[in-house]
Amino acid sequence: MNEYTYPILFGVIVGTIARFVMLKTDYRQYPTYLHGKVIHIALGFIAAGLGSVAVPAIMEKEFTAVTFLTIAASQFREVRNMERNTLSELDSFELVPRGKTYIEGIAVAFEGRNYLVIFTSLISTLCYLVWNVWVAIIATIICYLIIRKFMSGSTLKDIVDIEQSDIHFDGAGLYVDTIYIMNIGLPARQKEILKYGMGFIITPKNADVRTTIANLGQRQAILHDVSVSMGVFRDSGTPALVPLIKRDLDDGRIGVFILPQDPDVERAKRVIGAVPVLENAIRMPSESKARKKESPSK
Amino acid sequence: MNIEKAVLSVITTNKSKIDGGAPIFLCETKEEMDNVAANLEAILDGISHALSDELYIIVKH
Repeated sequence: MNEYTYPILFGVIVGTIARFVMLKTDYRQYPTYLHGKVIHIALGFIAAGLGSVAVPAIMEKEFTAVTFLTIAASQFREVRNMERNTLSELDSFELVPRGKTYIEGIAVAFEGRNYLVIFTSLISTLCYLVWNVWVAIIATIICYLIIRKFMSGSTLKDIVDIEQSDIHFDGAGLYVDTIYIMNIGLPARQKEILKYGMGFIITPKNADVRTTIANLGQRQAILHDVSVSMGVFRDSGTPALVPLIKRDLDDGRIGVFILPQDPDVERAKRVIGAVPVLENAIRMPSESKARKKESPSK
Repeated sequence: MNIEKAVLSVITTNKSKIDGGAPIFLCETKEEMDNVAANLEAILDGISHALSDELYIIVKH
């Protein structure tokens, strides 16, 4: 026992709790019970340890100890690889795949959250050592609030309007409103699709959003989340029954065609609205300097 | 190069419209054509698309 024991212990505990808070299993069911969680809490514990030890090391003038953090960084990049590989492997067995963009987003979140743990432990240990335990507790609470802020990205309902729309066939072509989805040849399939299918039109609220929802990864994420939450009328060997999203090239609206097992329109709208906006799909053409020069009035 | 889509077979009631390439299934009536296409769709794990009333293709996506 020395003067650093309690601060380090404090830092490790709040760091691990922080990781635990960020690790919630929701409709995505990832990470699953129980082993997946154990892996991430263990890694969170290691991250917390690294974060808390860094401060006393610097106070003891052991500056080389900071290089430890670089090891941590490469370690957590490995976490990202691990998550990416696992999810990509599993994706081929999903009836409606997540898509690479969604997977990358999840993997990045896992890596990023470990850094948030290091950050939390570092700040709380620092506050404990410089001031006292009460300041450290306040600092920890502030860190938790920041983490919560980081955790929740925006969802689709913030950026688009979602309207239900009818689906119909024009010859063999399936349409949602005026947006062409695909060609279905067999009359039997067409009947199934008209019976179980549901159509939605998603209208972007501004020009930036238009590019974001045009992203194929973002579209796949919508289909995956809807299929998870609402069920999907599909099996291997019935490739014609596939939920799809196509885009109206004229105005950037997208037509969502889904085959839910649960025919509740309002719920489907809520589910689509709750789909996360993928970080990797966000584009901000309005921030472009070249564009601003063209139209200074905007 | 990876070929992502391929026409796996052609089903038709009008022989004069087609020639060579993919396996071709000739049918007498529209009903027979629907039936053959439905079976082939399940067997080949492809989607049957209608190019016209008398011509279906099975495409692997």
